[in-house]
Amino acid sequence: MILHTINRSPFGSSCLQSCLDVAAAGSAIILIEDAVYAALPNTQYTDQIAAALGKHKFYALDPDLKARGIHEATLDGIESVDYDGFVALCTEFSKVVSWY
Amino acid sequence: MIFSLTVYGAPFSNQCSDTAYQFASSLLKQGHSLHRVFFYHDGVYNGSVLATPPQDERNIQASWSQLAQQYDLDLVVCVAAGLRRGMLDETEADRYEQPAHNLASGFTLSGLGQMVEAAMVSDRMITFGA
Repeated sequence: MILHTINRSPFGSSCLQSCLDVAAAGSAIILIEDAVYAALPNTQYTDQIAAALGKHKFYALDPDLKARGIHEATLDGIESVDYDGFVALCTEFSKVVSWY
Repeated sequence: MIFSLTVYGAPFSNQCSDTAYQFASSLLKQGHSLHRVFFYHDGVYNGSVLATPPQDERNIQASWSQLAQQYDLDLVVCVAAGLRRGMLDETEADRYEQPAHNLASGFTLSGLGQMVEAAMVSDRMITFGA
């Protein structure tokens, strides 16, 4: 299965949307850099991400959440990982696709 | 597991150089091997030894060079992307009769074939896009 990385905020880029349009069920998505803003609750993307949580496991890079001060305000179901966890995810999934 | 990375963004322009560097440090610390880091497009600026950020700020090029020395890494700057952006080693500076060269230690200029080869021999090829 594929691990998708997204590094752009959904508020300024269609990366997340494009990824969700094509990602197969069972593939995972890790939000890095400005994409961690997608993990905020009560936004225009919340419902879509909440619905996608049934199809994909979602991760967010913790140092990037912390750098933006939103590590204590993420959607339920999105798991925080550090760089070691990011590397581990890359080993667990057979391919890594980057959306940027 | 054997990793290779490609980096498309310039330091200080966006975050991808920092992310790639942190990712590389983490995978090496965990005992994985890093076959190559390929710097493409504006990512070639990662290899400029003339970048002079304030002394109390991180120096991304120096961090890469240090990591390369510690783990004997192959840091490749795309020669086509590099030359047109003013990234030259001594050989290219002589060839094009330029007054200076700026490729940092630990980096080499080479072609896209190195990216293809990295994709072939690595278990994972991770792209850090800008």
